Amino acid sequence: MDISSIISLIQTSVELGLVSSLTVLALFLSYTMLNVCDLSTDGCFTLGAAVGAVVALSGHPFLSIPAAMLAGVTSGFITGILQTKMGIDSLLSGIIVNTALYSINIAIMGNSSLINLNKTETVFTMLKTALGGTSMAGMYKAVISVIAVAATVIFLALFLSTRLGLAIRATGNNPDMVRSSSINPVFTTLVGLCVANAFTALSGCMLGQLQKSVNIDIGTGMVTMALASLLIGRAFLGRGKITTRAIGAVLGAVIFRIVYAVALRFNMPAFMLKFVSSVIVIIAISGPYLKSRIPVIKRRLSAKKARA
Amino acid sequence: MLVIDKITKTFNPGTINEKQALKGLSLTVNDADFITIIGANGAGKSTLFNAIRGKFLTDSGSILLDGEDITLQPDYVRARNIGMLFQDPMLGSAPGMTIEENLALAAGRGGWFGRISKADRELFRERLSLLDMGLEDRVDSLVGLLSGGQRQALTLMMATINKPKLLMLDEHTAALDPATAEKVLELTKSIVRDNNISCLMVTHNMQSALDLGNRTIMMDQGNIIFDTSGEERAKLTVNDFLLKFKEAAGKALDSDRMLLER
Repeated sequence: MDISSIISLIQTSVELGLVSSLTVLALFLSYTMLNVCDLSTDGCFTLGAAVGAVVALSGHPFLSIPAAMLAGVTSGFITGILQTKMGIDSLLSGIIVNTALYSINIAIMGNSSLINLNKTETVFTMLKTALGGTSMAGMYKAVISVIAVAATVIFLALFLSTRLGLAIRATGNNPDMVRSSSINPVFTTLVGLCVANAFTALSGCMLGQLQKSVNIDIGTGMVTMALASLLIGRAFLGRGKITTRAIGAVLGAVIFRIVYAVALRFNMPAFMLKFVSSVIVIIAISGPYLKSRIPVIKRRLSAKKARA
Repeated sequence: MLVIDKITKTFNPGTINEKQALKGLSLTVNDADFITIIGANGAGKSTLFNAIRGKFLTDSGSILLDGEDITLQPDYVRARNIGMLFQDPMLGSAPGMTIEENLALAAGRGGWFGRISKADRELFRERLSLLDMGLEDRVDSLVGLLSGGQRQALTLMMATINKPKLLMLDEHTAALDPATAEKVLELTKSIVRDNNISCLMVTHNMQSALDLGNRTIMMDQGNIIFDTSGEERAKLTVNDFLLKFKEAAGKALDSDRMLLER
């Protein structure tokens, strides 16, 4: 494999990593901060992709981004209302919304499960034209992804240090303390889920425009892949300030994509992606638990030996 | 002034586990009253606190705080005026956030999008230095790294950073080692005294129930059976107190813990 193909491989991985890191940042907010595992992520990702594609198709490439994010906010709001006001368990409300979104998404895509954006003007094609002929011409996908990710990280860092942001973090940490600070945890949970789902939808919108097609399965497995990325990032930059940890989440997403691309090079079939991400999540979450069990298991084994 | 009028609460009504935890309890807490509450396990002390702070709504009766009817208010709204400390020092603060962030949430200044200002930081440091635990130099430490006593002292600071109309202490020193417990109790006394806060305190230690505050009430089976203050209270010994209980409840006070701590 020559240098140029390695570079293009890395570039593609970084672009995909950055775009999907927006979903990872969404989970950073909902899973790490708010302590809610939002299983509507897959559907919301597709929702963002579908809304973004339809709006872009109608000739409004810029509008596609806020439109997708607004759709995400709506989805997050419904997931939040179900778990805070309607007595439905938080995991279940995510699953319910996810299922409902499947139908909604097909409806948005005009009763079809595929939208082709090959000839449609998107934010990516616009920048490609704008950069045409300059030295940055080949980098247009990366430029847009970096801008979106940087904006999201900065927003999160600022947002999470406001009083509302602190309250959201405390809700995941000790909801009783939030109540005794005269803040309604229902409100903080709702705001957190709305913001997180806006990022998830943005992520979907950008992936659809990046690969110039949206199909109904575009979001399948996103929640597991994003969790895997989040946990990889936590292993590298899991401590310290919010900004550091948010950057860790982005790094995790990029590393995940690079490792995946390398694995493909070694002839791992593409369909194994979701299996691998599941294994990563299992190892990252149960690893520390199993590690803590080792001394107990050792003692039991030696006690058994002593008895024998 | 807190006026509780004939509140009742039954848990698990209509089931085999039905328990009438509050039976038409009435209590008036005057401004700057410091009331100690004693009673055997299951007497309804914690239930009374939970009713006042709104953990659940009472089945009947009313609760007025400074003339405002709070009977049906949700807990987080009441928390504006009511501070509470529990026996478990872990309950009152968020372990994954720093001391400063915890205090900022409790202080609640600057609106939703406000950030911690320099003035806030000064205030927090000044307040923390009152605790004399060196916390003012650790404002960026995670609360989860503090000891139980430090966390309880911090919780006390958080509960009183905006002067509450009522402070409720549910055996808040019982889980601490004796020296720390003494210190947290001293802090509690000075904060309550300096700010003139009305205070309700549950304790199992009868001697301190009589030493602390200006009024003592005894609870049994979901009601107040004995309420003493002023000269009468000043003359009471722990033994008199036990007799009073027997007189009012028609049985001996059967809490091992309470008897052990005499």
